[in-house]
Amino acid sequence: MFKKILVAGALTAAALGTQAAAATKACFVYVGPIGDGGWTYQHHQGALAVKETYGDDVEIAWQETVPEGADAERVLTQMALSGCNIIFTTSFGYMDPTNNVAAKFPDVKFEHATGYKRLHPNVSTYDARFYEGRAVVGHIAGSMTKTNKIGYIASFPIPEVIQGINSYYLHAKKANPDVEVVVTWVYTWFDPAKEADAARAMIDQGVDVITAHTDSTAPLAEAAKEGGSVIGFGQASDMAAFGPSPRVASIIDNWNPYYIKRVGAVMDGTWEQQASWAGMPEGEVVIGEITDAVPAEVKAEAEAMIAAITAGEYHPFTGPINKADGSPWLAEGEIAADGDLLSMGFYVEGITAEIPK
Amino acid sequence: MDLSSINPVLLVASLMVSATPILFAAIGELVVEKAGVLNLGVEGMMITGAIVGFAVAVTTSSPLLGFAAAALASAVLSLSFGVLTQYLLSNQVATGLGLTLVGLGLSSLIGRPYEGIKSPTLPDIHIPVISDLPVVGPMLFQHDIMVYVSIALVAGVWGFLKYSRLGLILRAVGESHDAAHALGYKVVRVRMAAIFFGGACAGLGGAYLSLVRVPQWTEGMTAGAGWIALAIVVFASWRPWRVLIGAYLFGGITVLQLNLQAAGLQFGVEYLSMSPYVITILVLVVISARGAHGAPASLGRPFHASS
Repeated sequence: MFKKILVAGALTAAALGTQAAAATKACFVYVGPIGDGGWTYQHHQGALAVKETYGDDVEIAWQETVPEGADAERVLTQMALSGCNIIFTTSFGYMDPTNNVAAKFPDVKFEHATGYKRLHPNVSTYDARFYEGRAVVGHIAGSMTKTNKIGYIASFPIPEVIQGINSYYLHAKKANPDVEVVVTWVYTWFDPAKEADAARAMIDQGVDVITAHTDSTAPLAEAAKEGGSVIGFGQASDMAAFGPSPRVASIIDNWNPYYIKRVGAVMDGTWEQQASWAGMPEGEVVIGEITDAVPAEVKAEAEAMIAAITAGEYHPFTGPINKADGSPWLAEGEIAADGDLLSMGFYVEGITAEIPK
Repeated sequence: MDLSSINPVLLVASLMVSATPILFAAIGELVVEKAGVLNLGVEGMMITGAIVGFAVAVTTSSPLLGFAAAALASAVLSLSFGVLTQYLLSNQVATGLGLTLVGLGLSSLIGRPYEGIKSPTLPDIHIPVISDLPVVGPMLFQHDIMVYVSIALVAGVWGFLKYSRLGLILRAVGESHDAAHALGYKVVRVRMAAIFFGGACAGLGGAYLSLVRVPQWTEGMTAGAGWIALAIVVFASWRPWRVLIGAYLFGGITVLQLNLQAAGLQFGVEYLSMSPYVITILVLVVISARGAHGAPASLGRPFHASS
């Protein structure tokens, strides 16, 4: 909060300056600290890329560790009042606060990450097709597990996370029909100790490949204690410090192109409401270096999958796929509709657990 | 659901590791509160200990030196709280909250160069014979040294408060500072010593988090552990051994619910997660219904010799 006060002061001071300089002001709201080494870190890289691209024509401001909920509304209002022209809200839980504040400031553009509500013409949503990355790491996980148990540290039961679990499992199972996925819900985006505990609980029960849908590097740090018998993946950011093992690959969120494009659109007056969902073809989802801990043929298969997804030849959700209750979802060769994915609330066949309500 | 995949030996072992940071912080805060001071800055002192311990351990490659530095740094930080509340008579609640905010900001400032670095971690000790016992050995006797230090600290605090003359003085200061003052005890000095001790313990807890439990530095990594430590002191109704039980209960339930999930149990996980807090509220209800709550009578009240 100490920091918040400083930032708020800076925002007010900056607001006064902005009107004179007429620079476009782009503001960012983060759910965790920039130093998380994952999700928020990558968003901040995008913010810095905006600054680097437009130089003095743009001004950036941000606030870290903003709780999802009522507090976010206060922060957003403060930002809008202080002269931000475009505000990026970078977590699912900011969905309602973003729309509420957007109603009060029709001249300010709002961009909400990973949500689906666009109640006002000045609200856009953007997301990345993380499930494309999950498919690749799922293939590696299925190919490399020795215990046939692969783990997934899940944050909240929302469609984005469920897509990730399904995609991870489907591709692990293609590589290894005996594989079983263990899902642990931690109900937080960022709590290193709890993320480490979740990794520990799964390792104790024989899981030897862990992927996380949370924001810190703690699950990798926990896997590292096993001295090479447990592997994992960088999540959101490359997390290269944990390579070559336990981190054998990573899913990197690259927001830079999107942020540069959208701030540019505000600057030249062409900004329009949209729902963006880009993935590997646009360079928004990137697989980090696959290390030598991965056998050469598995690495080649993973790279082939990346190439196919990037070229648009392969969709990770291509039928036949049944739902967990046995009812058919996708017929042979059928590709999942975006609408189905964005509201995904079921596991695919083979996952025995239930999604918490 | 397959409960047989939960290994009780590993469960207890990871429970002890998981509970150690909050145990350190809670036993320190207990001494502070026994002296009549409410320091809400535990979170800030913990995270300061976490980063200072991590930085020193990385620089010197000695985790033990990291722990020592963490204890010292957090204790020194807590003295700022002591000076403000004991000499300048500022409000303890507000100053404690301020200490948390300062600690969080300070740690992220110091921590910038240490992100993404691996730290040297404490080796698990191996005692001949008893570490090799079946079941009990891996469960209780194959931990790192700090787990045993935390338990020894609880025993030490219990003995100190119950049997030593100094412990009696400390309790007297916490129960009635005017009476203690009238008897000629240096109320402010005793309280400053207690605050210093509490800071050192919180620092050890923080360093345990960044050096053993996670082991890495991430900004904001305590994520509320300091507040749980404060709740444990109340839960324990200011008794040292109950602090140990409380810490293992709070830490244990987190570990247990994650293990149950990994074993495929879905129902009841939310209830398990909230149970420590529900129990804390129940304990508060019970002790206030009985009329004899364990809180030191002068807790949170400012003292000046002139009053």
